[in-house]
Amino acid sequence: MKKFGLIAGLLAMANPAWAQEAQSLDARVNEAFANATGPFVSFIFAPIPGTSFPWIVMWLVIGASIFTIYFGLVQFRFFGHAIKLVKGDYSDPNDAGEVSHFQALATALSGTVGLGNIAGVAVAVGIGGPGATFWMILAGLLGMASKFTECTLGVKYRNEYPDGTVSGGPMYYISKGFNELGLPGGKILAVLFSIFCILGALGGGNMFQANQAHVQITQITGAYPGWITGLVFAAVVFAVIVGGIKSIARVTEKVVPFMGVMYVGAALIVLLVNYNMIGWAIGQIFAGAFTGLGVAGGMVGALIQGFKRAAFSNEAGVGSAAIAHSAVKTKEPITEGFVSLLEPLIDTVVICTMTALVIIISQQLLIDQATGNYMLNEAGSAIATVDGNSGVALTSAAFGSAISWFPFVLAIAVILFAFSTMISWSYYGLKAWTYLFGEGKTTELIFKIIFCVFIVIGAAANLGPVIDFSDAAIFAMAVVNIFCLYFLMKVVRAELASYAGRLKSGEIKPFVH
Amino acid sequence: MSMKLVVGLDGHATGERALDHAIALAKMAGGAEILVVHIIEWSPYSFHTAEENAMRHKRREEEITLAQDRIIAPAIKAVEAAGLNANGKVRHGDVADTLDAITKEEKGDQIIVARASDGGFASRIFGSATSNLVMSASVPVTVVN
Repeated sequence: MKKFGLIAGLLAMANPAWAQEAQSLDARVNEAFANATGPFVSFIFAPIPGTSFPWIVMWLVIGASIFTIYFGLVQFRFFGHAIKLVKGDYSDPNDAGEVSHFQALATALSGTVGLGNIAGVAVAVGIGGPGATFWMILAGLLGMASKFTECTLGVKYRNEYPDGTVSGGPMYYISKGFNELGLPGGKILAVLFSIFCILGALGGGNMFQANQAHVQITQITGAYPGWITGLVFAAVVFAVIVGGIKSIARVTEKVVPFMGVMYVGAALIVLLVNYNMIGWAIGQIFAGAFTGLGVAGGMVGALIQGFKRAAFSNEAGVGSAAIAHSAVKTKEPITEGFVSLLEPLIDTVVICTMTALVIIISQQLLIDQATGNYMLNEAGSAIATVDGNSGVALTSAAFGSAISWFPFVLAIAVILFAFSTMISWSYYGLKAWTYLFGEGKTTELIFKIIFCVFIVIGAAANLGPVIDFSDAAIFAMAVVNIFCLYFLMKVVRAELASYAGRLKSGEIKPFVH
Repeated sequence: MSMKLVVGLDGHATGERALDHAIALAKMAGGAEILVVHIIEWSPYSFHTAEENAMRHKRREEEITLAQDRIIAPAIKAVEAAGLNANGKVRHGDVADTLDAITKEEKGDQIIVARASDGGFASRIFGSATSNLVMSASVPVTVVN
């Protein structure tokens, strides 16, 4: 399969007529996909009547704000404790060899840190201007409380099977939690969540990744049909999730954290080189947050973009992280909640902000010198950029303007991030799938094949329809998840009160290492 | 109170020499107790996929059972055959740190290990488990060639 992809690529380059036909296949895939997903996307992003504000964005922000207040700013009060938990200060040495807090966090992060941080931020800043960064950071800080809530529940209500394996996530805490509280409809909501989780896995966790990885590759190789990249990616993902070739996944899991550190390092270098502009960039972020600085939709436009991309990047309230975090070894479910609240902080408040600052400082966004506002592109839909770039290409150009060879490193990083995110989401999707259809080799194989097919579709379609569907699917998960979290949050509050009390009394104390 | 010797076994043939030495030493000391320990190299700061995490508890049990059967049980048998008291332990962790930690917990008087059977590039930079143990252990360490 992989060989076929390479051969097809070579053929496309050698024979222009063939290449044209291949391009039109991309166009057909794109059109069919856009038509099929249109109504779902329109519903999720429908504006609140009388405004241009999508109700879904409000839904996420209100949810995160309620959790922040309900748990008394848990993200700040227990921040230090979360760090100690990750360091292993409270881990029983006799549990060595089990999944540690650090590992659960790292696994969850490898699913979220990725293209959302590189391409998603570029989309946010490209449409919403620098001000989107402010709202993105705010959403990240509030999102820490959502993540805390869902991951605590994820561990509390996970399934532990007799053979020692575990399965957890919103579908389990919704059905078991509602049952425990005597609330009706738990099973139906869990099924609904699972359906959206499968769509989310195919959208944001798959198509968006394949799409942007393809864009990044063509930046270096020149244009060629997207389905070729799709086939190659699908073949490698297939080899890992169906063929069980663990070595590929293992290499990725080791290289991805390194790439993440390198990405932040490169961003810091760009910022240090332009240190005299950091003050200006921060000024732009604040000014843009409240005035919009001429972007489409003004301040509200900046806010919508910031909140949307933060949610897409850190997935707080979406429920996906609860699946990843539920494998940890702990007697106290709430400890994983504390650890998980670091996730939006690292993902959004640190890494996304770095990307945004690099894009702003590199001055890829064109400013009308007369008014000081940003200039819009011809369609009026986004800010005009130096080379007309958007998405990951914009981030690449921003880094490239300061470190000329960095786009090559970024291309590799994007491909690896895309790959590791796909592997993570194939697991989240699979868990939802098996929740619906039961565990078993055949049912699992069907999902895995569908997953690989969507990689090809994602790489072939245009960014517009793909990003719309990806957002819509992921946010649909949040609709069900946050709704259920409102009913279940009192369970988390009881856990929090009990744990905080025992921590204060010294009953829970660190192990001496 | 009799002396307690802690023998670190890595599952290689070199470990047997350490065990033989410990048995000889224990006999000389007039019947010291021997604790045979196998550490499964493990770091809580490594990276895994979600699927590996979900399977982790099961894998850990399998790893411990395997080490008990293949390494610890034969060693205990050998010690008992020599007419001495023996106990065994398997734990995950950094080899040097964990071996020392167990020795402290069990109030061992001495650690006996074989010269490292690992080698190569990594151990040149970071040092082998044996040399780390020699440098950091809280009780005397005997390294058997």
